[in-house]
Amino acid sequence: MTFLAYSQKFTADKTYIKFFSNAAIEDISAVNTKSSSIFNEATGDIVFSIPIKEFEFAKSLMKEHFNDKYMETEQFPKATFQGKISGYQPTATGEQKASATGKMTIHGVTEDVEIPGTMINANGVLTMKAKFMVKLQDYKITIPQLLWKNIAEQVEVTVEFNYKSL
Amino acid sequence: MKKIFTLTFLLSGICSFAQDDLMKELEQNQKAEVNYVTQTFKGTRIINGQSVETKGKGELEFIFSHRFEPISTGAYQVWGLDGYPAVRLGLEYGITDRLGVGIGRNFYYDNKMEDLFLRYKIARQSSGAKSFPVTITGVGTVMYQPYPNAADAASNGIPNPSTSDRMSYAAELLIARKFSSKFSAQIAPTFIHRNAVDKSIENNDDIAIAFGGRFRVTRSLSLIGEYYSRMNVHANSPYYNSVGGGLDIETGGHVFQLIFTNSLGLNPNTIVTHTDTKPGDVRFGFNISRTFQITKRK
Repeated sequence: MTFLAYSQKFTADKTYIKFFSNAAIEDISAVNTKSSSIFNEATGDIVFSIPIKEFEFAKSLMKEHFNDKYMETEQFPKATFQGKISGYQPTATGEQKASATGKMTIHGVTEDVEIPGTMINANGVLTMKAKFMVKLQDYKITIPQLLWKNIAEQVEVTVEFNYKSL
Repeated sequence: MKKIFTLTFLLSGICSFAQDDLMKELEQNQKAEVNYVTQTFKGTRIINGQSVETKGKGELEFIFSHRFEPISTGAYQVWGLDGYPAVRLGLEYGITDRLGVGIGRNFYYDNKMEDLFLRYKIARQSSGAKSFPVTITGVGTVMYQPYPNAADAASNGIPNPSTSDRMSYAAELLIARKFSSKFSAQIAPTFIHRNAVDKSIENNDDIAIAFGGRFRVTRSLSLIGEYYSRMNVHANSPYYNSVGGGLDIETGGHVFQLIFTNSLGLNPNTIVTHTDTKPGDVRFGFNISRTFQITKRK
């Protein structure tokens, strides 16, 4: 049983997380390709770990502000998600709708979330895609008073992870 | 009903345990990382002198600094604000995240000076897989003084200065540590060489040790301080050690530094060799920097 469960674990080998903020002064986007994730196909359990300092921006100053003022990365170096995937049929191939339910921790604040997405199973390579909004306020990410309002109150997060069997 | 509840509770407990285990497995698989410390100081200047910070790759910083007349000039001069005897306009460009080049145009009273410097971050404070206690940045500056002209130079004790006579050089080794997100400190041995000086009151070579610090009050506001201790003061030197304190305020792409100092020095030479006001007789001043990203990072 244990052996069986082990063989059904998938680990992410290619990760892509993008966030996009649409605000009056400027659009800001950043990409992170240094995350990690394990998905247990047998139980549906899934975990993500996202190193905040690996978000890359077009401007050095944006990255600096993001880490120093918004995310307080020294204190909260990682964002995590742990939960369960439901609606995914391991035996089916092709694209299927699924959703992840669980606890998302960003900036040291944990929230219960449900994220709809799609899973694609093709020749043992599993691709997971999702797009959702994150409200800064939910995670106590505040905008310093002296900083111009050049970031939106909610940001769009796009996730695309490729998994291979562990 | 109670049983079902207990069962559900137990199951959900098991599930989240399973996820915790999965998370542990994930963390074990992660390679140990090197965490480099960032933002030891907010800007490239602490007060008058340089900080260990370099500009990011492709960033261009425009920095302008003013120092006013001493506050002791009183209400008629609006406590010094009516006169600005020292101004520096400067640009600095990040060639890489660790290597930068800068130029500046200074005047203080009737003297004019250009400075050109290279800044390189030799070592970075880090923790994790590779641990290093401090950030070390070297700054080399060449300065050229087109003024005073020949006639005025005589009264400065250097008659008929040649191009070489107008040159001076500075080497600074900046060593800083960010002790916490609130407190950073820097020590900087500084060496100045001037080709021509008035030997009755000045040395050709000067050594000073600069001490600087930053204490963060809020996310955008810090207290800053700096002191230059001259090691080999000429017996007849009419000059003083440079000292200053102030507030560091950051908004979007700007850093505003509101400063109280006794120095008109805005480059290493004038800071060390020409601080002409007694430490108790302070001037108000400011540095304002604006950073532009010239080339995109990715």
